[in-house]
Amino acid sequence: MLSSNVVPTGSTLALSAPLIEMRGITKSFGAVKANEAVDLSVAPGEILGLLGENGAGKTTLMNVLFGAYAPDAGEILVEGRPIAIHNSADALAAGIGMVHQHFHLAPRLTVLENLLIGIPGKSGRIDRAGGLARVNEIGSRHGLSLDPNLPVSALSVGEQQRLEIIKALFRGARLLILDEPTAVLAPSEVDGLFAALRSMAAQGLGIIFISHKLNEVRALTHRCVVLRHGKVAGRVDHPASTTSAEMAKLMCGHEIVPPTKEPSTPGASVLTLDGISTSGHAGTPLREVSLFVRAGEILGIAGVSGNGQRALADVISGMLPPNAGTMTIAGKTVAQFSPRELQALGLGRIPEDRMTTGLVTNLPLADSMVLPRVGTEAFSRKGLLNPAAIRAFAEAQIKAYDIRCPGPMVRAGALSGGNLQKALLARELAFDPKVLIVSQPTRGLDIGAARFIHEKFLAMRGKGCGIIVIGEDLEELLMLSDRIAVMYEGRIAGTLSGAEATVARLGLMMTGAEGRA
Amino acid sequence: MFRLEARTSTPAWFNLVLPFLAIVVTLILCSGLIAVAGAGVIEAYGVMLSASLGDSYAITETLVRAAPMIFTGLAVAIAFRAKFWNIGAEGQLLAGAVASCAVGAIPMPGYLAMLLMALVGAAAGAIVALVPATLRVKFKVDDVVSSLLLNSVIYYALMALIEGPWKDTFSGYPISPPIEDSANFPVLIEGTRLHIGVIVALIAAPLCWFLIARTTLGFQIRVTGENPEAARYGGINVQRVLLSTALLSGALAGLAGVGEVGGVHFQVMSDISPGYGYSGIVVAMLARLNPLGAVPAALFLAAVMTGAEAMSRATGVPAFLSDVIQGTALLAMLVALLFTAYRIRRVGAPS
Repeated sequence: MLSSNVVPTGSTLALSAPLIEMRGITKSFGAVKANEAVDLSVAPGEILGLLGENGAGKTTLMNVLFGAYAPDAGEILVEGRPIAIHNSADALAAGIGMVHQHFHLAPRLTVLENLLIGIPGKSGRIDRAGGLARVNEIGSRHGLSLDPNLPVSALSVGEQQRLEIIKALFRGARLLILDEPTAVLAPSEVDGLFAALRSMAAQGLGIIFISHKLNEVRALTHRCVVLRHGKVAGRVDHPASTTSAEMAKLMCGHEIVPPTKEPSTPGASVLTLDGISTSGHAGTPLREVSLFVRAGEILGIAGVSGNGQRALADVISGMLPPNAGTMTIAGKTVAQFSPRELQALGLGRIPEDRMTTGLVTNLPLADSMVLPRVGTEAFSRKGLLNPAAIRAFAEAQIKAYDIRCPGPMVRAGALSGGNLQKALLARELAFDPKVLIVSQPTRGLDIGAARFIHEKFLAMRGKGCGIIVIGEDLEELLMLSDRIAVMYEGRIAGTLSGAEATVARLGLMMTGAEGRA
Repeated sequence: MFRLEARTSTPAWFNLVLPFLAIVVTLILCSGLIAVAGAGVIEAYGVMLSASLGDSYAITETLVRAAPMIFTGLAVAIAFRAKFWNIGAEGQLLAGAVASCAVGAIPMPGYLAMLLMALVGAAAGAIVALVPATLRVKFKVDDVVSSLLLNSVIYYALMALIEGPWKDTFSGYPISPPIEDSANFPVLIEGTRLHIGVIVALIAAPLCWFLIARTTLGFQIRVTGENPEAARYGGINVQRVLLSTALLSGALAGLAGVGEVGGVHFQVMSDISPGYGYSGIVVAMLARLNPLGAVPAALFLAAVMTGAEAMSRATGVPAFLSDVIQGTALLAMLVALLFTAYRIRRVGAPS
């Protein structure tokens, strides 16, 4: 049942002078209709949430608005006047700015130089002084301050995102599109982003906020449009007073039941780190990290990103040999830190970055699915591949994990994020690991895919696997973990049991304010 | 107005059609040059075709020319698969030629000489290829630049040899002493130059395909080339794979030189390779880095080369046209490759 706040498709909303209006947008790729007759409008001062699962057509719709794709049908109106947008320059000229998930910045140039790229100066000269004045003006107006002389390579991810927003405003954007902006941010940075967005809206800018995270959408937006299979599945007029469950139902088309977590009695420790320290690694090094995870237990690792989580994941997965300390897997001390060695001891690994570390996007999916174990008896003999076995393995996993794809020989890069994550999970779980290390397991995934991943983790926990989940989504960690360790400046600041842990307490520990052994 | 739009998928037939499309476009573009040179386009291409494929002797000549380019094409294709940018097949070919010539000049039973020539020639090519690969793996030196520049080093080392210790004291020409007669590769058809090395080249192509497609080393080469980080995460020793690829690639290019010494020239001189190493890049690109494709691609270039000389004699169009065709074919193929990832779309007239 839909509540009174949820208006089903078809009803039109009376809006006074929309900043941007998209009418009947249809866009097909081959036989797939990515967008079908989508209507959407944003008023000045309005924050519109654009919700939908992966593949629902959110990004396609915004790419149409930003001029990356030409729509097959439909029109775009800016302040009531129909306009044609052929490329990003047209979009910017019409006052539409977009902050993509992947930033488009030149790392060696400074903040100011990035802002001035493509902006014609006076008589062939770059107008630095004028640019500087505008940055400072934008910064003070919306609380988006950045040192204009810093090179982009010295900025954190959150700061780079801020620069992308400033860049759009710098070019005179009156409508700002943000494609999953919080996916790359730590919780504390999200608050700062939201404050800036609210300030911009208060001053009459329109904002389209794309996200999977329903609590964020409810906290920030004034109105929501939900897409499903390329069509508008519903509109939400008062997100703050609509429950996440109602919105989730609109997105998925059915109810989402949270997974049940059976109580478990952890067994012996399957992975122990004792005084592990690292150096010579980009990012925060580890400083005498000791932790353990037991069979049938999920250990969450919380922390603001950049506090050593990457080094921890790299050490445990064999990518980074530590320079002090020992690691034990299932009672055996690790002698040689290499992916192959650790795998042989019973370690399963799912990397943080699926596309760059996990898979080979240009090769068939089957190749990625057997990659870590291609040299084993299962897939080859005496240096000769067994293509039939590789294919059969991939086909079996595709079926078992409901990986949506045309077949094992399809390019891995053609799959959606959720299906790629399932493929990575399948390639590890098929070999019954004793320990599993995962980083950001559901980043960028929609509710349905995330739920699937969570259920698999809990099932593995039930079968006696010890799992370490490194994540920034505290709600996810609280839901999955039996214990949560917090990392701060390369150390374990403290560990809480699942019962003791709350968002507030973890938040305090993440800032280094509270420690607990 | 037209614009490029990213493709979501590439139809399978596209990959097969593209090289042919590139060749057709090349021939159309080059017909302009023939016209400028004052010859009939149809006539000129007709002479080229009959001189390269018109009779059985012409076909054997084309095959003999194709053999070194099959080897260098395979060398480049395998290297590029691993994204080891080996532009040094020319130097590796020359090293293989010099080494096999030195071995072939030693008196010994013929079959043993031929075997040793192949082994030593391949080893020499492999060692040369190992230089840029090692520099890249150890010191992050750009392999395009180092492998390319090494070509000049090897070429002038060869020149120093034939102008110095190997110089023919009798005639004073800068050519090496010939290899032993018993080391000359057997000719397959009497009255032609079709030697056994051509058969070896034709067999090498499917062997290389098998290596890339069906062995764990081939798998590692493919994965390392496409995504070295995922390869490393997956437990592949990326550096070792790059070095193995370099050895393999250099050995294949070295064999091209062996064939030229053992089967065609029987000695080393300054123009033993008319740029077969560089042609290997064109072959590999036309073949879309598929070892099986190297055979037809090399045959095409060989036909152009043999045909161009006859065309030059018959119509007065300079034989350099063959170089122009090669270069244009490479460019056409590179442009054609763009269309595997993008398509042209008409956009409505701007308002």
